[in-house]
Amino acid sequence: MSESFTKGMARNIYYGGSVFFLLIFLGLTFHTTKEMPQRDHRENLTESVARGKALWEDNNCIGCHTLLGEGAYFAPELGNVYIRRGGEGGFKAFFNGWMKSQPLNIPGRRQMPNFHLNDQEIDDLAEFLKWTSEMDVNSWPPNIEG
Amino acid sequence: MSTLKFQSQAVAKPYFAFALILFVGQILFGLIMGLQYVVGDFLAGAIPFNVARMVHTNLLIVWLLFGFMGSAYYLVPEEADTELWSPKLAIILFWVFAAAGTATILGYLLVPYSTLAEFTFNELWPTMGREFLEQPTITKIGIVVVALGFLLNLGMTILKGRKTAINMVLMTGLIGLAVFFLFAFYNPENLALDKYFWWFVVHLWVEGVWELIMGAILAYVLIKVTGVDREVIEKWLYVIIAMALISGILGTGHHFYWLTTPEYWQWIGSIFSAIEPLPFFAMVLYAFNMVNRRRREHPNKAATLWALGTSVMAFLGAGVWGFLHTLAPVNYYTHGSQITAAHGHMAFYGAYAMIVMTIISYAMPKLRGIGEANSNKAQVCEMWGFWLMTVAMVFITLFLTGAGILQVWLQRLPESGEALSFMATQDKLALFYWMREVSGVIFLIGLLAYLASFFIGGKETAKVSQ
Repeated sequence: MSESFTKGMARNIYYGGSVFFLLIFLGLTFHTTKEMPQRDHRENLTESVARGKALWEDNNCIGCHTLLGEGAYFAPELGNVYIRRGGEGGFKAFFNGWMKSQPLNIPGRRQMPNFHLNDQEIDDLAEFLKWTSEMDVNSWPPNIEG
Repeated sequence: MSTLKFQSQAVAKPYFAFALILFVGQILFGLIMGLQYVVGDFLAGAIPFNVARMVHTNLLIVWLLFGFMGSAYYLVPEEADTELWSPKLAIILFWVFAAAGTATILGYLLVPYSTLAEFTFNELWPTMGREFLEQPTITKIGIVVVALGFLLNLGMTILKGRKTAINMVLMTGLIGLAVFFLFAFYNPENLALDKYFWWFVVHLWVEGVWELIMGAILAYVLIKVTGVDREVIEKWLYVIIAMALISGILGTGHHFYWLTTPEYWQWIGSIFSAIEPLPFFAMVLYAFNMVNRRRREHPNKAATLWALGTSVMAFLGAGVWGFLHTLAPVNYYTHGSQITAAHGHMAFYGAYAMIVMTIISYAMPKLRGIGEANSNKAQVCEMWGFWLMTVAMVFITLFLTGAGILQVWLQRLPESGEALSFMATQDKLALFYWMREVSGVIFLIGLLAYLASFFIGGKETAKVSQ
């Protein structure tokens, strides 16, 4: 590197540049959080949805599944599972049956554990997945398979 | 016979040793998961995949933290030209962190996760059950306490000693690490907000402040093994970390494409994260440049190999494989696929596992009283470990990339109705997963060779020639 470019100049670029971009980042974060209520539909966030999120976390679902593309890549995407598995008409019935029939015990197939949830808990989890599927996430995933 | 400049540097040794023990655990659980990818019911009752994965990723994070702490305890006193403020505190914190870490991993393995959440009163302040932040809230508080004590110890050491650029950059990185971890305590009921601020921990760690830590450690080792003038190395260090933060902070935007976020993040994220490979490329140029301009022949050839290797592998894993799927129109199809897994593996190994092994390679002979370097025989064994692990990781990455491309082709690109389901797609990827698992076994053999090198004695190599 050229001699006329000194360590002091490099240091100033580091401190100045970092602070500058950090401030822009914070500004954009502020703007984003102002925009989010229109996209996440938090007016529909019921107590049941909140309980469902707690169940999602307490059973470490993210350890196998992705939710909006984030998580483990071992089991299907669940951000849109509500739509994929029946939506308004059929999801809850499907989901209750699904949760109760685990583990499927098909030899060689990836196994989902049984988490021993009661009907109320399964319903809360379903409400959480429904609410999640209704968030506006810029049209991801590309198709119904997630 | 002690070969340390300051006696208090010795506290680094248990940190390094424990880090490597955890590293072995990480790889073993990785192999279990790799097998579960193709033999789905393997150990499904005893160690369900979610548990194995949590252990695999948490061990990675914790061993890297042990490695970073050991690095700091080793290099900060020498850079500051004074003894560590409190070696006793460093040892106490070692035991606290080791005990908390071990208890947490045992908790994951011995009881169902929901039971662990119940026992640790997660409902009082729910922070569990989010990727990488699975630790019980009490463990998270423990991490904060350890981090504060650690920063106090280093801060007091630097205050009474020399304030070199390397020390200041390392300190900034470590403070950043502690500060951004605080976002782990924010877990709102609203998933959209939860996800947005979760990235403040995850992204701003690995694509932000951790790069400062990596840069500082690399700069320190390069000064030691090449003897190049500190002014030159520190100037490069500032340039590299300036590029890292200038690109990396707004580069966080590449995680905000498909959340409840405005579309402008797709532009900002794409543009700034396209610049993110540059600091890693600069690091390659810098490492090779400094080694070519070396003013001494350091007898520790293995440490030099690690220093060069980490720059190349970080560039490939974080830089090239990151760029591969970072542009929004590409990421739309690859998000959350095996492409992400491919990138994650090589980036963590190249940038962070390897930088820790770089300083371990440099420091361990001194910490163990052997001298400037291990015997030639031990170094040859260590280099076998280096090459086996590194080549195995290249293949793991290539096979996962193959799996990812096929996954996108079958599951993401076709229209609804024509696309294969997730599980049907996974069946088609089995060959890639098998080959990844074989590469994983090679990686384990490399790790064992690397560890064996610590137990090979023999005559000391030639003294340093100036």
